[in-house]
Amino acid sequence: MASVTFDHATRIYPGSETPAVDQLNLEVADGEFLVLVGPSGCGKSTSLRMLAGLEDVNAGRILIGDRDVTDVQPKDRDIAMVFQNYALYPHMSVADNMGFALKIAGTPKAEIRQRVEDAAKILDLSQYLDRKPKALSGGQRQRVAMGRAIVRQPQVFLMDEPLSNLDAKLRVQTRTQIASLQRRLGVTTVYVTHDQTEALTMGDRIAVLKDGLLQQVGTPREMYDTPENVFVAGFIGSPAMNLGDFKVADGKANLAETHIPLSRATLDALTPDDNGHITLGFRPESLDTTTQDEEGSFPVTVNLVEELGSDAFVYGQLANAEAAEAITSGAGESQMIVRVDPRRPPLKGDTIWVKIRQGEQHHFSPATGERLPS
Amino acid sequence: MPAALQITAAAPDPALLDLPWHIPLEEWPEDLLAALPRGISRHVVRFVRMSGSVIAIKEIGESVAYREYALLRDLDRLDVPSVEPVGVITGRTSPTGEPLDSVLITKHLKFSLPYRALFSRQLAPDMATRLIDALAVLLVRLHLIGFYWGDVSLSNTLFRRDAGAFSAYLVDAETGDMHQQLTRGQREYDLEIARVNIIGELMDLEAGGLLQDVEDTVLIGEMLVQRYNELWRELTQEEEFSSEDRWRVSARIQRLNELGYDVGELQMTTDFDGTTVHIQPKVVDAGHHHRRLMRLTGLDVQENQARRLLNDMDTYRADTDRLGDDEEYVAHDWLNEVFEPAIAAIPRNLRRKLEPAEAFHEILEHRWYLAEKAGHDIPTADAVASYVRNVLPDRPDEEAILELDTATLRAISDTDTQIGS
Repeated sequence: MASVTFDHATRIYPGSETPAVDQLNLEVADGEFLVLVGPSGCGKSTSLRMLAGLEDVNAGRILIGDRDVTDVQPKDRDIAMVFQNYALYPHMSVADNMGFALKIAGTPKAEIRQRVEDAAKILDLSQYLDRKPKALSGGQRQRVAMGRAIVRQPQVFLMDEPLSNLDAKLRVQTRTQIASLQRRLGVTTVYVTHDQTEALTMGDRIAVLKDGLLQQVGTPREMYDTPENVFVAGFIGSPAMNLGDFKVADGKANLAETHIPLSRATLDALTPDDNGHITLGFRPESLDTTTQDEEGSFPVTVNLVEELGSDAFVYGQLANAEAAEAITSGAGESQMIVRVDPRRPPLKGDTIWVKIRQGEQHHFSPATGERLPS
Repeated sequence: MPAALQITAAAPDPALLDLPWHIPLEEWPEDLLAALPRGISRHVVRFVRMSGSVIAIKEIGESVAYREYALLRDLDRLDVPSVEPVGVITGRTSPTGEPLDSVLITKHLKFSLPYRALFSRQLAPDMATRLIDALAVLLVRLHLIGFYWGDVSLSNTLFRRDAGAFSAYLVDAETGDMHQQLTRGQREYDLEIARVNIIGELMDLEAGGLLQDVEDTVLIGEMLVQRYNELWRELTQEEEFSSEDRWRVSARIQRLNELGYDVGELQMTTDFDGTTVHIQPKVVDAGHHHRRLMRLTGLDVQENQARRLLNDMDTYRADTDRLGDDEEYVAHDWLNEVFEPAIAAIPRNLRRKLEPAEAFHEILEHRWYLAEKAGHDIPTADAVASYVRNVLPDRPDEEAILELDTATLRAISDTDTQIGS
């Protein structure tokens, strides 16, 4: 097992001027489960393929452990791409299906058996080793495929959107399985997905990329609680964070009839480039329903209520139509999302007054998108 | 039919609408199926008869289905041997409203042979070599156009007879990716996947007692790597020679032509003093003989078949003393006087056995065999009659070998005997 280091790793595709991955610096600790996440075209798959040796590294380098693998061929990197292909061979036993790559590599029989038995134990497949794959369920067959990668004892597992091909139910199941299996094996794993929920639920740490640039790396909690810029703020979390453009005056952030006090630290961090504006972010669950008289409260017209049993979300917009345009969320332009008490949801067309809970608002510079101190 | 069903196809066949899309593929009634399902595959796949031909239907996630459809269309446009995509159907629901997986539909490739059918018989001594060669040619061709396969294997390939050799077709592009140009890492990794998969597949046949005449499965997998590298080098390698040896430019082009490639672009540079020349083919297109035969006769056949037919045409030209005539006229007459009559002489009930061009190749082989036995030339018409009487009837129908049962295997295994016997 080993750590993985991207050291200013850059990939520029032939014929392209902008890098697909731009000076990526990233350390994955030994045994860590790191998820690369971002919208399509952000460079996450390219980064993974650079680590796999499938993409050239035009500048910078990549290390596995202390070994510089930048110019090492894929098969000599001691990595395993998991789930790429999991065709099972019908005439071979489950054990042979798991161990055949070792046989090709000339590993002694006794050692193959030992490694296969060890992997089977972890995968709950011990009692099936001498059966044919036909006798297995779909989930068990998938575990045999995982077993194939495990018996090779690679330094790093690589997974590129392995769940994209599964239906919703199996996706959630397999997600949990992969995460717990990885923890039991303790093999360094780099996992690519476009799905932030997958990232939050699986990774020890998450790296968010956009346009080939690393935006932020951190634990799921850090990414959620202290997004370092507007992009990460809007990308991580479901439903998404509300983001509003406020005018700064009298030490407050102002939008129509709403006035939200700002701290000294926040105000001091603003620059002339911000042009007297500030971006405020607040998650749907950081809003309390309140009354009109409370300072900092604002009215929201309810367009839709999504009831999930344990939660209810209001999708609406600021009652003041002109000001509404200043607010966006994952639900779209001029839209706001508010978590409300599922036992007393408002009705469509109602106006509710909400207020950001103390200390739960995020501040960003409109000029740079960077996080400002609270 | 639920309103949400959506069919994406370049040329939609209305008969598609008559298929029971509201039923999971696994439960489709047997009378619809062109062959009963066998084996374990990652996805549910069924062969179905539609409008006089056979289509393959694969249940798969929506985005993956569209992706593979687009990739297969690209490959088709670029003239790479691959299965032809028919369309994608999404928005399937069961009568109770349960959503069902999308499907990708492809045309079944006529006269194609799965590797299981080919390896599970008494192999002619170099059969394994010929199959591996075909796969190496396909892989090189895919890599030249920037296609990374990601799951090269014998089961993702179909083989068609090609004048005694084989040509390989890509069947599954699910893991594929089109790039501007492949990196060495991508090519090497594809090769490594191919090597391991091929050995695995052969080991599986071995475990099932179905593998004949292959001693060392690992060696066969390694053969692919070797053949691929040889061909790749020949097609792309830079050559350096003294400027006095300029004949080597045309020699290189001729060598590539003989391998079946046309040179689309050749980069030639000289040193400052002009004494050394470097040449490197930049764009090579496969199908040199195929295209030439197509231009002359309109026949659309495999590369080696084309080579064979062109050779016979050249012989015909010499025999009829028309070396001074335009090639086009000779080709026209050869088609009318030699090729067409030979194919027309094959009775209708035997036509499902081999493609016409392959049958013609076998007729030429048979003619050679008869001539050798008789000690003098045999007219093609006599050879055709003897071939139709003595050889063809014993061959299995190869037009639509879909999934194999043991009876088919046995039937095919008898066919690799000498064409002359």
